[in-house]
Amino acid sequence: MGLLSLAIWMPIAFGVILLAFGRDSQAGAVRWLALIGAIASLLVTLPLISGFQLGTSEMQFVEKFTWFERFNVHYHLGVDGISLWMVPLTAFINVVVVIAAWEVITRKVNQYMAAFLILSGLMIGVFSALDGILFYVFFEATLIPMYLIIGIWGGPNKIYAAFKFFLYTLLGSLLMLVALIYLYVTSGGSFDILTWHKLPLSAGVQTLLFFAFFAAFAVKVPMWPVHTWLPDVHVEAPTGGSAVLAAIMLKLGAYGFLRFSMPIAPDAAREWGMLIIVLSLVAVIYVGLVAMVQQDMKKLVAYSSVAHMGFVTLGFFMFNPLGVSGGIVQMIAHGFVSAAMFLCIGVLYDRVHSREIASYGGVVNTMPKFAAFALLFAMANAGLPGTAGFVGEWMVILGGVQFNFWIGLLAASALIFGAAYTLWMFKRVYLGPVSNDDVKGLTDINAREFLMLALLAVAVLYMGIYPKPFTDVMDASVMDLLKHVAVSKLP
Amino acid sequence: MSQTLNASTLLAIPLAPLAGSLLAGIWGTQFGGNWIGRRLSHTFTILGVLVAFILSAMTLSSVIDGARFNESIYTWMVVGGLKMEIGFMVDSLTAMMMCVVTFVSLMVHIYTIGYMDEDEGYNRFFAYISLFTFSMLMLVMSNNLLQLFFGWEAVGLVSYLLIGFWYNKPTAIFANMKAFLVNRVGDFGFIIGIGLIAAYTGTLNYTELFAKAQELAAIDFPWYIFGMDAMLITVICICLFIGAMGKSAQFPLHVWLPDSMEGPTPISALIHAATMVTAGIFMVARMSPLFELSDSALNFMMVIGSITALFMGFLGIIQNDIKRVVAYSTLSQLGYMTVALGASAYSVAVFHLMTHAFFKALLFLGAGSVIMGMHHNQDIRYMGGLRKYMPITWITSLLGSLALIGTPLFSGFYSKDSIIEAVHLSNLPAAGFANFAVLAGVFVTAFYSFRMYFLVFHGPERYDQNPDAHHGHDDHHGHDDHGHDKPHESPWVVTVPLVLLAIPSVVIGYMTIGPMLYGDFFKDVIFIDAVKHPAMQKLGELFHGPVAMAIHGLSMAPFWLALAGVVTAWYMYLVNPKVPAFFARALRPLIVVLENKYFMDWINENILAKGARGLGVGLWKVGDRAIIDGFFVNGSWKVVGLISGMVRWFQSGFLYHYALVMILGVFVLMTYFVWLA
Repeated sequence: MGLLSLAIWMPIAFGVILLAFGRDSQAGAVRWLALIGAIASLLVTLPLISGFQLGTSEMQFVEKFTWFERFNVHYHLGVDGISLWMVPLTAFINVVVVIAAWEVITRKVNQYMAAFLILSGLMIGVFSALDGILFYVFFEATLIPMYLIIGIWGGPNKIYAAFKFFLYTLLGSLLMLVALIYLYVTSGGSFDILTWHKLPLSAGVQTLLFFAFFAAFAVKVPMWPVHTWLPDVHVEAPTGGSAVLAAIMLKLGAYGFLRFSMPIAPDAAREWGMLIIVLSLVAVIYVGLVAMVQQDMKKLVAYSSVAHMGFVTLGFFMFNPLGVSGGIVQMIAHGFVSAAMFLCIGVLYDRVHSREIASYGGVVNTMPKFAAFALLFAMANAGLPGTAGFVGEWMVILGGVQFNFWIGLLAASALIFGAAYTLWMFKRVYLGPVSNDDVKGLTDINAREFLMLALLAVAVLYMGIYPKPFTDVMDASVMDLLKHVAVSKLP
Repeated sequence: MSQTLNASTLLAIPLAPLAGSLLAGIWGTQFGGNWIGRRLSHTFTILGVLVAFILSAMTLSSVIDGARFNESIYTWMVVGGLKMEIGFMVDSLTAMMMCVVTFVSLMVHIYTIGYMDEDEGYNRFFAYISLFTFSMLMLVMSNNLLQLFFGWEAVGLVSYLLIGFWYNKPTAIFANMKAFLVNRVGDFGFIIGIGLIAAYTGTLNYTELFAKAQELAAIDFPWYIFGMDAMLITVICICLFIGAMGKSAQFPLHVWLPDSMEGPTPISALIHAATMVTAGIFMVARMSPLFELSDSALNFMMVIGSITALFMGFLGIIQNDIKRVVAYSTLSQLGYMTVALGASAYSVAVFHLMTHAFFKALLFLGAGSVIMGMHHNQDIRYMGGLRKYMPITWITSLLGSLALIGTPLFSGFYSKDSIIEAVHLSNLPAAGFANFAVLAGVFVTAFYSFRMYFLVFHGPERYDQNPDAHHGHDDHHGHDDHGHDKPHESPWVVTVPLVLLAIPSVVIGYMTIGPMLYGDFFKDVIFIDAVKHPAMQKLGELFHGPVAMAIHGLSMAPFWLALAGVVTAWYMYLVNPKVPAFFARALRPLIVVLENKYFMDWINENILAKGARGLGVGLWKVGDRAIIDGFFVNGSWKVVGLISGMVRWFQSGFLYHYALVMILGVFVLMTYFVWLA
């Protein structure tokens, strides 16, 4: 069994075992087993990083077996510089989420843990699938555990949120399925994504394919104006669900742009790139302003996610190395930072059971340790140098100025908006005198919460201070992608 | 002293304060469980800064002997051929800044032992100021724009933490957010400037960038800017300068600095007077090979600097909070430095930066000592006669004020007079206005400085007249019990730094003007196009040693303006105290404008901040809620519902419905065919 298969199936296997044998009466054992499963799944992804060959854009750790011979469908896995870091990131966030759920989830613990373990495996599958059908299966399958996580452990309006999440994203991906089948037919019966990359296509076909993929990925990212499901879903989702949704699931869409839209329909991508850039800038500015006036912490962070993901798509469609690498770096960085932001809200929510900013004030007085972490993550969210949040924004802004001065200028306004909404929330929640009895009675984070936040804090700082390991990995693949996109595929 | 500089020694300079900061910040606070107490915390941090200071002094000495260093420490990332590194460049400008930063920081560390003695956040405070020292050192030692930006934002972060140090004080946590956001507006310009440099030169390294400066100068700005033609270099320089405007608090981005006085006084001295706010000046001086190429940018700087120098000085006149008087004075002096930069007198700006660091840190720490002596009253209207009670604070503050107003032989004289002369000799169009502003500024500076000095240290004692004696703006826990005591001199940990800062405030100008302005100290650092901007060259021809300059100064306008300012303040506040009240009535509208700080805060809060929030609410409620969710998302399921409702009506499942429809249909068809036939 290859490393990638292990990375996919090990968490799923642990999840299935938990589902089969776990009972709430043995919740302690279930939690430990889930943690062991998550850590083991993280450990098997580490050799991917150490064994990755730099300087080549070839797919690595490739596994290929026939799946359905009749339709030429293969179980075909592999990672390149674009997808590599997403695999350990997914496994890492899974560990954090299991720790985060420890004492918080008391009902159907085994199912909760299993849902996250299985979801983690499926998402790794999306990032490493090189067969169109395999990709589609993983891509759609991720909806099921997330739908259950929201629908079972969510807030009061969870059913509405679960449906909105499911239908919004499902409708988008149906068009993608049409595109996949069209490509299968045109390529003479192949579902191999890398073969599709080389397939000549006319301008009209490319445009249709581009928009079919766009429908699936833009909803997932989410890009303005199809972003409205995200705040609603985040508000209802349990803490872990929000963390995984923001940290990893949104990246499935962004990743799709790099793996499908740009290389398969390069001429259309270049032609319609400006549209994506405009939508991304709207996300950065419009959504930044909307984030500023939110009263609900989760909604605020959800909107801030949309704005940050705007940087990802903005970077991709500038077609320069700084922009594309910056977009990928932003994907990884946002994974750490948004997970941390949602977990911080979870820490407060577990104690006070309110997400309203107005319910807090002066938390630093009663939770000084926690406030120190919260400040670090707030600063990372505002893009402070030395934290992960800065790296991607810096690269995309530099790439933006190189691409077009005015686009760079508009993108850089995120420096102001990001700081405004994040610090204003920080001020109202954490600073000031103790505002009410709830805050007065808060107890500071325990060792478990400390560990969970410390893991993320180390990641956020490491990536901010030394991002070279991240960018070195992606360099060759990004260069190759840009070279590929620059060449017309018109027949 | 060795001639060579090596990376590990240089690395130790910023890392020593960082280590102290981490020790005190993690294990000295509740975060790490209060393992180390106050004594260990301040010992560690002071040792860290002391090591940094000693090594900086040694570095300066090596640099004077001709040693230079320019190497990268590690590669941050490489993307698309653009190399981004962390590295040090040590030359005379860096070495001088390192010494100033570490010296003032050391003084402030020692002073803090006394000033923050009763504060619960003692260890946290030490952790922050050591972290600041680290960040500032990384900023000045950088050899590239990336690390400069790192340090730039890091000092902004520490400034944020320190202004909001007393996080239970609503004004403080408003002020720190304001400071961060206003600085971000500046950084917005700065990052675009850096982006343009990266796009056109493919490097962020200073040396490589300067080598390509001439190429940059030849490029037209390729994007539309409101129908104007512009050179790329002008846009780059103005963008970089916008960054400097935020950090160095130039009009109209100055609004955060007066509010930053909400923080404890030691950091007002260190961050908001001596070091951080001068980062913008330092950066422009560092970038002199670029700024020299754009007369438009130089003119722009000169105008902004002049406005700041003069109009912020006016505001100093009407302030009653001792710290705010000094804060406006800092704004005004930063304006002077910016004017000097605009006049291509970069070395003069840096020279004033250095002298100002000493005497302004001294004045702030003196103000802090006064605040302690006055039991945390900060209102100078309720002080007076303190010279009897606080002799050391009195003498050192007097020396600081004399240096600030430019008394011949004092350090401020050499730097400020040089600025005025340089502006006078500048041939740029903006120099006329700048010349007026800096000359008028001399009178204003002398007036507000000595107004404060006389009100605090001379005249009748007015301690009992304070209506809210226990509610000063500064921290006040634990002081309510001895509000009626007489003022007292501060402990030695406070007065020793005052004395140690007073010495350079007096002599440093005299000692260093020769080499710094007219010698070759900055020879390979600051680039001036002497043909286009001959001011510095002419200034050099007029210079015949510091003594001659002081004697010559006695016959020049600035000296008499300063003297007039002192005499006016003396008359108005000591001899005839009715005069200020008369002016306050006679010039009421003007005073209102000044009291409202030219309505800048009002505009920012009511138009910009409220406007942004209003826009946010509008986009959210109308854009997201009504249009996207209400019309499109919910609209589409309503359409689906409507259509399916209609379709369902056709399939009711009742046989007689179908039979009726069939009969009706047959009837209609029959009628149709019959009538047609």
